[in-house]
Amino acid sequence: MTFEIVLFWILALVSVGASILMVANVNPVRSALFLVLTFLCVAVFYVMLSAQFIAAVQIIVYAGAIMVLFLFVIMLLNLGAPQALRERGTLQPYAAVALALLFILALLGSNSLVTLPHAQVPVDPNLGTVQNIGLKLFAQEQPWLFPFEVTSILLLVAIVGAIVMAKRKV
Amino acid sequence: MLGQLAIVFPEYWAGIHLPSLVPYVALVGILVFILAIVPGLIWIERVVIAFMQDRSGPNRVGPRGLLQTIADGVKLFFKEDFRPRSVDLRLYYLAPVMAMIPALAGGAVLPLQNLTFRHPDGSLFTVPLMVGNVNIGLLYILAMSGLQVYGVVLAGWSSNNKYSLLGGLRASAQLISYELSMGLALLCGVLMAGSLQLDHVVAMQNQLPFPGAPEILRGSFLSWFWLKTGLIPVIIYTIAMIAETNRAPFDLPEAESELIAGFHTEFSSMKFAMFFMGEYATMLTVSGLNAAMFWGGALPPINIVPFTLIPGFVWFIIKVMFGIFFYVWLRATLPRLRYDALMNLGWKRMLPLGLVWLFVIASVNLALEPGKSDAAPAPLAPGATPRRPMAPPSARLPVPLSTASATSAAKPREDNRTP
Repeated sequence: MTFEIVLFWILALVSVGASILMVANVNPVRSALFLVLTFLCVAVFYVMLSAQFIAAVQIIVYAGAIMVLFLFVIMLLNLGAPQALRERGTLQPYAAVALALLFILALLGSNSLVTLPHAQVPVDPNLGTVQNIGLKLFAQEQPWLFPFEVTSILLLVAIVGAIVMAKRKV
Repeated sequence: MLGQLAIVFPEYWAGIHLPSLVPYVALVGILVFILAIVPGLIWIERVVIAFMQDRSGPNRVGPRGLLQTIADGVKLFFKEDFRPRSVDLRLYYLAPVMAMIPALAGGAVLPLQNLTFRHPDGSLFTVPLMVGNVNIGLLYILAMSGLQVYGVVLAGWSSNNKYSLLGGLRASAQLISYELSMGLALLCGVLMAGSLQLDHVVAMQNQLPFPGAPEILRGSFLSWFWLKTGLIPVIIYTIAMIAETNRAPFDLPEAESELIAGFHTEFSSMKFAMFFMGEYATMLTVSGLNAAMFWGGALPPINIVPFTLIPGFVWFIIKVMFGIFFYVWLRATLPRLRYDALMNLGWKRMLPLGLVWLFVIASVNLALEPGKSDAAPAPLAPGATPRRPMAPPSARLPVPLSTASATSAAKPREDNRTP
C-alpha cells in the first residue's frame, strides 16, 4: 500500500505540473508535449486502478493518434515561433490565476476536499480486463449495446460531414 | 501435449520459486537480444542487398565484413557531437530517446516460448516466457508503436531545418494512415483467437487446422492464423508494418533524393545511432508481432522429430529473422512510392479491404460456430473445466493458485460456450 501511495504522489505531482506547464507554455509544440505527458500519467493512474484496457486505449487514442494530429497541424501551420503567439498586455493570465484561487477557496469552504472518498477496498485486479469490459458493454442483459452503436454512428456521421465540408466537389 | 519442449523445470529450486523469475529472465533476454542483434541486422542487410544487387558488399573489416558494423559503431561513439545553432535544445535531445524507448518497450509482451514447470504434487503447468503477461498485450504493442512517431516528429521539428520538418510531417501523416489498416488486420487474428493476450493467440494456433485432420498436423503451419484468416490480413499487416517503420519502399520521411536525410539530417554521432537502433528495434518488434499473431509464435512448422527438438524461442527468432529478410528483400526490390500513391494505398486500398475482410471473417466464424454469439456470458467460475475438445494447452493443464491469474484468462471464452 505504501508503494502505491508513493507512486500516486509522484504521478500526481508530475501530471499536475505537466498540465500547468501545458497551459503556461507559450510554445505550442511544448504545450502539446506536456499534454501528452499528462495523458501518459493518466494512463498510469488507470493501470493503478486495474483498468488496463482503458489505460491502453488512453495511450492509443489520445497520446498516439489525437496528439500526433495536433502536432501535425501545429507543424503544418508552422506555429513554432513562440513570439507569434505571445499575447502582450492582456489581463487574462492574472484573471485566470485569481479565479483558480477563488475556486480552491470555494472548494475548501465547502469542505469537499477533506471529505473525498477514499478507496479502502483493494480493487479487483481483473476489473478492467477486456473480457470484463466487453461483458459490461455488450452482454444482452445490459442496456449499453444500442447507445454504444449509436455513438459510433454519430462519430461516423461527423467524420463524413467534415470531409464533405472540406472538399466541396465530392 | 506440452508444446515441443522436453525440458521440465521444477517449480522450486533451492527454495526459489522459479516461475516468478520468468519475467526477469525474459526482460534481460529480450533487451540483450534486441541490443546485441542490431549490428548483426545491419550486417545482414548490407550482405543481402549486396547479393541481390550483384556486388561484393562489406568485405574489409573482419571475415566477410562481419566487424564492419562494430567499426562503424566505434566511429559513431568518437565522432564530434555536432549541433546546429538554432535548434530547440531540449526537444532535440529528447527526440533520439523517444525513437529508441518505445521500440524496446514494445518487445515486453512478445511470447518467446512456453516454459514447463513441475508442481511439487507432480502436475505440469506452463508459464509463457515473456516480460509482462498482460491481458491487453496487443493493445500495448499498438500503443508503443503509436508513441514511436514522437521521436521522428520531434526530430523533424526541433532541428529547425525545412527538410527535417517535411520529413517529420510525412512521418506523422504516414503513421496515422497505416495504423488503421494495421489494427484492422490484427483484429482479424484477434477474432480467431478470442484474446488480446499474445500467448493465448499463440496457444489458439496450436490446434487442428480443420476438424478431422490427422493429429500430426496439430499446431502445424497449416493451423496458423496466416492461413486461417485467409491470407489477406497477413498481407495487409506486412505492408502496414513496413510503412510504420519508415522502411523502403515507404521511407518517405527520410527520402534522401528529396529531403537530404529527412528527419535525422541534423543529428550526428550517437544521436544518429540511436535513431538507427530505434528503427531496427522497431523492425524486430513488429516482426515479432507478425510472428506471434500470424505465424504461430514459438510453434515448430510441423510436429515431427527434428523440428520438435529445437526449443521454441529459436523458432520464434527464426520467424522474426524471416520478417527482417523480407524487409531487406523489399528494400532491394521496390522503388520508393510517390507520396500520393502511398496515401492511396493506405486509405483507398488497404483500409476498405481490411474492413470488408474483418466482416467476412466475423461472418464465417459465426456460420461455423453459431453458438459463439448468443451464449449467455457465465460468471467466471474458478477452476471451470473447458468443454471444447481443442482447448489451448495452457487452459487444459492443472494450474496452481500462484499462476492461476496468469493462465486463467483463456477460460471466460470457454465458459461462454456453455448453453
